[in-house]
Amino acid sequence: MALKFPIFMDSQSTTPVDPRVLEAMIPYFTEKFGHPASRNHPFGWEAEGALDTARQQVAALIGARDPKEVVFTSGGTESINLALKGAAEMYREKGTQIVTTAIEQRAGLDVCKRLERQGFEVTYVPVGPDGIVDVEALRAAITPKTILISVMFANNEIGSIQPMAEIGKLAKEKGIVFHTDATQAAGKIPVDVEAMGIDLLSATGHLLYAPKGVGALYVRRKNPRVRIAPMMDGGGHERGMRSGTVPVPLAVGFGQAAEIAREVMADESRRLAGLRDRLQDLILSKVDEAYLNGHPVKRLPHNLNISFAYVEGESVLMGLNKDVALSSGSACTSATLEPSYVISALGVDSELAHSSIRFGLHRFTTEEEIDYVGTHTVEVVHRLREMSPLYELAKEGVDLKSINWKAE
Amino acid sequence: MAYSEKVIDHYSNPRNVGSFAKETPGVGTGLVGAPECGDVMKLQIKVNVETGVIEDAKFKTFGCGSAIASSSLATEWLKGRTVDEAAKIKNTDIVNELKLPPVKIHCSVLAEDAIKAALQDYKEKWSRAEATAATDAS
Repeated sequence: MALKFPIFMDSQSTTPVDPRVLEAMIPYFTEKFGHPASRNHPFGWEAEGALDTARQQVAALIGARDPKEVVFTSGGTESINLALKGAAEMYREKGTQIVTTAIEQRAGLDVCKRLERQGFEVTYVPVGPDGIVDVEALRAAITPKTILISVMFANNEIGSIQPMAEIGKLAKEKGIVFHTDATQAAGKIPVDVEAMGIDLLSATGHLLYAPKGVGALYVRRKNPRVRIAPMMDGGGHERGMRSGTVPVPLAVGFGQAAEIAREVMADESRRLAGLRDRLQDLILSKVDEAYLNGHPVKRLPHNLNISFAYVEGESVLMGLNKDVALSSGSACTSATLEPSYVISALGVDSELAHSSIRFGLHRFTTEEEIDYVGTHTVEVVHRLREMSPLYELAKEGVDLKSINWKAE
Repeated sequence: MAYSEKVIDHYSNPRNVGSFAKETPGVGTGLVGAPECGDVMKLQIKVNVETGVIEDAKFKTFGCGSAIASSSLATEWLKGRTVDEAAKIKNTDIVNELKLPPVKIHCSVLAEDAIKAALQDYKEKWSRAEATAATDAS
């Protein structure tokens, strides 16, 4: 089968809408366009029915007992905002301390920074060199004033999966609300809010082959009943937790995507892990001083993150970017010119943070694409190494750390 | 952020990649930047000690496409200039030639630093020889 360019291998940033999802959505743009809160006519009843189905589909994906626990939002960022700000405000009388990790996504970290400015105390627990947080370190960070623990289920950059059930147990033991940013995990690996003791869960559509613009926040109703203060006022939609007209077609898409994900997850994750391992072997066998970032086993099946010593990430992407879409932890690729804080949190030298490349496989990735990307990545890295003064020095046996760099 | 054609050209067909052999006379080497910053440039000039003309230049860069292009362009411009003319190359010249966006201007600054460092190194290692050659010639 001929390769189609450019090859997309950046699925941690977003995914294409599955054709089956698109098909499910279309009637809700044109014929079944009613407002789900219109209680008095068939257009409204039809829309409400569609939303109920979507809620059930999302609930089933994450093991929620009751579809009423699914609140639709505009996406992962909003869900995370609603969960953290909503819980903080609701439980403020009880305490003002929050425990989270250093490698949460920007939404989680920035909301925590805002909460700090509003008088909350936040502890950002560091992670180990494989990106996994030590449950005992979380326990040690808990104080009598802790009201919320927030840990990202699986990391977007390095794919490392956190010990969710253990953290849930800790949270239950201490009577603390437990939120997880599951935007990268939902639909890819088993997520079970009941078994794992999760109270709040953020998910987004566009990372599981549904459209951009829709997400969900799971809010536990039983054992215990968790409450959150809303951010959006105006009509009391989504049981008062999120006012605003739910984008029915997008929610229908999200539901459909969730159902598909649940059905194919076992086979798909097996297939993608096989392709990912193939890519990893191809690269690591042909390039020396290439290092895997994140846990080798407890990682998302479709994620690979490798640092190539002596070669900067953006220059690798540039060698591939007409043909292959990837991403990097290098400062040059970030809007803020800071290297990836996730890779840096692993204790890796910042030079290796600048040299990291992230590969995100997806439902439509083929073996031919894997071989192409692997082969060309190796070629580009070798070419850039010939151009690298650091590689030259290292090959001469110079210890790069011994040099007194004249930084600008 | 799409790259300018010139940046892509320098990246895909870099000019003068490499290093002079260690014993080569008239060579000045500038090594600037730092691995933790994600940018390191090594720029070398080979100067005709008698005439003060830069006969050849080579570079190696650890950095993004714009950094590679800036240093590649620098070697192109250096060849044929005298040491004094080379000192006049400004980072803004590089920015204009490569159409670097604001977020990449620092790459051109580093290239200018690399040029100055190479010239300085040349002067320190070879300027007595140059002065001797000049007096011999006069």
